[in-house]
Amino acid sequence: MPRWFYQLASPRWCYQITGKLLPGFAIAAGLLILFGTVWGLAFAPPDYQQGNSFRIIYLHVPTAYMAQSIYMTMALAGAIGLIWKMKVADMVAKSCAPIGASLAVLALATGAIWGKPTWGSWWVWDARLTSMLILLFLYLGIMALNSAIESESTAAQSTAVLALVGLVNIPIIKYSVDWWNTLHQPATFKITEKPAMPPDMWIPLLILVIGFYCFFAVVLMMRLRNEIIRRERRSGWVRELLMQQRG
Amino acid sequence: MPMLETKLQPLAVLEPDSDTEYRPGRILLLTLKRELRLALRRRSDLVNPLIFFLMVATLFPLGVSPEPSVLATLAPGVVWVAALLSTLLAMDSLFRSDYEDGSLEQILLSPQPLFVVVFGKVLAHWMMTGLPLTLMAPLIGVMLFLPAEGMGGLVLSLLIGTPTLSLVGAIGAALTVGLRKGGVLISLLVLPLYIPVLIFGTAAVEAAVTGLPVAGHLALLGALLALGAALAPLAIAAALRISVSG
Amino acid sequence: MAEPLLQVVDLFCERDDRVLFDGLGFSVFPGEILQVEGQNGSGKTTLLRILSGLSRHYEGQILWRGKPVSEQAESFRRELLYFGHQAGVKAILTPEENLAWYAALDPGIDLQQIPYALNAVGLRGFEDVPCHMLSAGQNRRVSLARLYLSRAPLWILDEPFTAIDKKGVAAKEALLLEHARRGGTVMLTTHHELDLSRHVRRINLDELSGT
Repeated sequence: MPRWFYQLASPRWCYQITGKLLPGFAIAAGLLILFGTVWGLAFAPPDYQQGNSFRIIYLHVPTAYMAQSIYMTMALAGAIGLIWKMKVADMVAKSCAPIGASLAVLALATGAIWGKPTWGSWWVWDARLTSMLILLFLYLGIMALNSAIESESTAAQSTAVLALVGLVNIPIIKYSVDWWNTLHQPATFKITEKPAMPPDMWIPLLILVIGFYCFFAVVLMMRLRNEIIRRERRSGWVRELLMQQRG
Repeated sequence: MPMLETKLQPLAVLEPDSDTEYRPGRILLLTLKRELRLALRRRSDLVNPLIFFLMVATLFPLGVSPEPSVLATLAPGVVWVAALLSTLLAMDSLFRSDYEDGSLEQILLSPQPLFVVVFGKVLAHWMMTGLPLTLMAPLIGVMLFLPAEGMGGLVLSLLIGTPTLSLVGAIGAALTVGLRKGGVLISLLVLPLYIPVLIFGTAAVEAAVTGLPVAGHLALLGALLALGAALAPLAIAAALRISVSG
Repeated sequence: MAEPLLQVVDLFCERDDRVLFDGLGFSVFPGEILQVEGQNGSGKTTLLRILSGLSRHYEGQILWRGKPVSEQAESFRRELLYFGHQAGVKAILTPEENLAWYAALDPGIDLQQIPYALNAVGLRGFEDVPCHMLSAGQNRRVSLARLYLSRAPLWILDEPFTAIDKKGVAAKEALLLEHARRGGTVMLTTHHELDLSRHVRRINLDELSGT
């Protein structure tokens, strides 16, 4: 196992390194999201079928994408915590869940807003939206379990097992929901199946996806630093840190 | 009654039993025997999920419409959802009594492979919930005007699908066994994971009703069962060790 | 001196923001009876649960016959008998059925010995009475009957004498002594004054924990 892996296991080292990385990511996230949003909302050409209402994808796609990636991150961190008993990995996993759940809610909300002009109703049982709803349920289950268990390390391990079980299930759920959707009348419009998007449309989307990744990194690091400080509050280095900030 | 010595029996020789064979088949059989015996002595626990199954199914004609044509289209989904909720209802008790009286600690500390014992417990649990539900399903099918052609598909899909529900539900039960109020939490954890089984299960019944071949659907349910049987016992075992450790 | 059976090195355990032990270390040798002492809440039960492998909330090393327990969990469990706060007795099974289940979990147990074990703990005549009809003390005895059956060298007993009458305690003490004589090891906690106190080595958690 390489040395950085062990260093990562130290909350103190992790706190310091995230402190250094945080400003860079925050600036990158801000610039990319601003740039991508302005380009996407104001300059990208309107869709030939949906007109301007398609522009919601600039929010919907990145959030939906992030909600899925964050689940992977959470499950991976949970697995690392389970196998190598690494406290920082447990904290990462714990910090991921609320971020992922919020983004899943955003993805569902933007989907609904897009649905109104497109389908004429706020909710349609579209395959992607249904899968996203189930993903949100998985997040909620994980958060409920985490808050129900008092002992912090037991909570971390239990949620890690649940997240891994969910990870195995996600492809199955996705496949079954897609299959179910084709069985019943599929919606004529799919929210994100654009076979050939002109570059003017997809480049801002790509920028926004990257921007949201940076945004996730920023929020994750902030939550993680909070969690580290909270759990290590009785250790020497945290006390020193607090003294420095006061003095 | 043979005369027994009242003084101390000579203690067994202190040799770690390296010569004793650990046969997973034997402990699986003994676990099944114990669980079935326990279940048969607590008969009310056996009947409750079945009554619940019947009641949930009764709510639909009352809540939606007693019209046979309406009910017939709803029937596959209703029977499946009711079966799903009934298995869930029975899930909380799977490890709880063993946890409360200390038997679970002894199982965890035994040299026997935990996932085999766990598999035996889940299997016994299914024989006491999923299997009776499957056998009772045609009755509910008749009450909901499910066409006779669909009965075969209904029973077969439940027969292959409910063991998966038990296996996945047991993961939730194992994760929440240390908590005082596990019941509602299990549902939150497990219901999203039940969705694929529900989708393929109802699809099998619908296919059977319309006279389409059901073998493909049943094969998919079988694949889910195979995956569950292979992976769930490991997850359950890990979850139990974590819960008891807490 | 012989090689230690069980070695605890630099054990650290924290519970609910309270350090129970830090830098705890000791060795247990074959033929020893070790009593873990300490006030309520000093971590006696936690320590025994950690040593048995039930609890994994610790840092530090536990060696069994010189090798880390975590690397040989299964063979360690073959050599362990653990008696916890809950007796592990199923109320709707009879004493005989309960012990038969233990025999299933631990194939080292000879099923034919069960009647002798039940006799030894004074449950003769109750073999086929469901345990919920027995008293609390009798239920504990069902579980204690395992001590007569097991071939495990290491016994970890958490308050084994709770709800056991005087005569029963004396018999169990004799049993512990005999187990130590044949080379076995006992670790226990108890609030009883032990008659065999001169054979017992003590570990006091109040003094040892480096807070």
